[in-house]
Amino acid sequence: MIAIFLLETKITDPFILRGILAGIAVALISGLVGCFVVWRRMSYYGESIAHSSLLGVGLGILLGTGINFGIIVVCLIFGILFLWLQQNKILSTDTLLGVLAHLALSIGIIVISLNRIKIDIHAFLFGDILTVSSYDLWWMYLGVILVIILVSINWSSLLLVTIDEDLARAEGISPIYINLLLTTVLTIVVAVSLQIIGLLLITAMLIIPAATSRRLAGSPQQMALFATLIGIFSVILGIFLSVEVDAPSGPSIVIVSATLFFLSYLFGLIKKD
Amino acid sequence: MNTFNALISASNVSVFKHQKSILKNIDIQINKNDFITIIGPNGAGKTMLLKCLMGFYKPNFGEIQKKDKLKIGYMPQSINVINTMPMTVKNFITVRKKYDDISFEQVISEVDIRQLVDKQLSVLSGGEMQRVLLARSLLNNPDLLVLDEPAQNLDISGQLSFYKLIQEIYSKRDISILMVSHDLHLVMVSTKKVLCLSNHICCSGKPQQVAQDPEFISMFGKDMANMMAVYQHTNNPSHSDSNFFIGDKNN
Repeated sequence: MIAIFLLETKITDPFILRGILAGIAVALISGLVGCFVVWRRMSYYGESIAHSSLLGVGLGILLGTGINFGIIVVCLIFGILFLWLQQNKILSTDTLLGVLAHLALSIGIIVISLNRIKIDIHAFLFGDILTVSSYDLWWMYLGVILVIILVSINWSSLLLVTIDEDLARAEGISPIYINLLLTTVLTIVVAVSLQIIGLLLITAMLIIPAATSRRLAGSPQQMALFATLIGIFSVILGIFLSVEVDAPSGPSIVIVSATLFFLSYLFGLIKKD
Repeated sequence: MNTFNALISASNVSVFKHQKSILKNIDIQINKNDFITIIGPNGAGKTMLLKCLMGFYKPNFGEIQKKDKLKIGYMPQSINVINTMPMTVKNFITVRKKYDDISFEQVISEVDIRQLVDKQLSVLSGGEMQRVLLARSLLNNPDLLVLDEPAQNLDISGQLSFYKLIQEIYSKRDISILMVSHDLHLVMVSTKKVLCLSNHICCSGKPQQVAQDPEFISMFGKDMANMMAVYQHTNNPSHSDSNFFIGDKNN
């Protein structure tokens, strides 16, 4: 009862309220896009795009364009550069990503260490709800709407390319178009998640709710829906947890969603017996 | 038979990859009610030829013409079932397809997978999966069915029943079939034309002609040629009526 009372008083706090709204924005798209990351085994790709976002933050501040714009431009360039380099298959995907992601991260850290930029790197690595302004929220929900529209319109094409590229080609879908689409939505997810989750943990928000949902779902749509609901539950509880113990929001949210993952795993084991 | 009536017509198609010639001066025409089987050793460019004909690989040289609004049903050799994605058979067959319940019912009874429609893709056996893939390729009533080594992963009885099913579909539907297959002794009865590919077209024609072609014998050996002759002999009587009819439809 005391805990509920505490939560009720805290939700009226504008910082926490903004944090929760931002967290819900993240969950609304990370579950949906996360399913494709799990199905297509793109977690390292998502991780790499997240790594490159730090460069976007640095350049956005340095050039005065704002961090959201910086992240979108840098991550998109990163994604397209990767897709282009991947065409000649001399190096495997994870090797190529390993080169590009760490290069982007290193340049990002150097740009941010330049004297003219004074930001709290810690907040971008692990997430901090105190950094979310009302202005940021507008941007986040714009991103959410864009991702939901892009994925819904292309839902069945995305599924078919994921199942088999040749089957999709034979039905007139270009896998390159779908890869560009996924890069775009991943970029938006990274931009939306950066302040709350932090770039080190964004992949966790893509993967853990989707992985938890797998056990419960009977169709791709259900899996995406359950992943979203699990994500929403995780961010709300995680943000309250982070406020309670004064911890960064990203790790708190990830701990909650990972707990749900293991609970569903245990539940599955018990159900089997 | 002129180019105008052809479903797909390719002339002088060549493909190079990494300075290596994959396909060389290929001429092929697929007409209404054709049943063409492409054979050839590994690396002969069979799959590449299918990709060029279906229009998802652009050849370096040559021209490929498709009939307007040609509907192609494509059945790949296999698909990698993604265990992390929950998906029922019905879901898979109908994803991204415009269909009505009648045509769906027709297809699932045609390939006999009624008992599978609510199962998850991940639990299907190899033979069941091939039937499901076939059902998907048939759902939009294609004019041309393209099959890439459709029975490759099946055991011998599975292969037999699968080719029988293809033969049934061919005789019941108004459809053309283009198939890559190594199981020449099994498809002999059904196929109207065999095209022997080894980067270029070595020989083509009716199965019995191809079996006697010196190039065919040098590629597959005398035993294969004899085996084909045997299979034709033993299988022909029971099928001869339909076979002759099909064989003569276009000639």
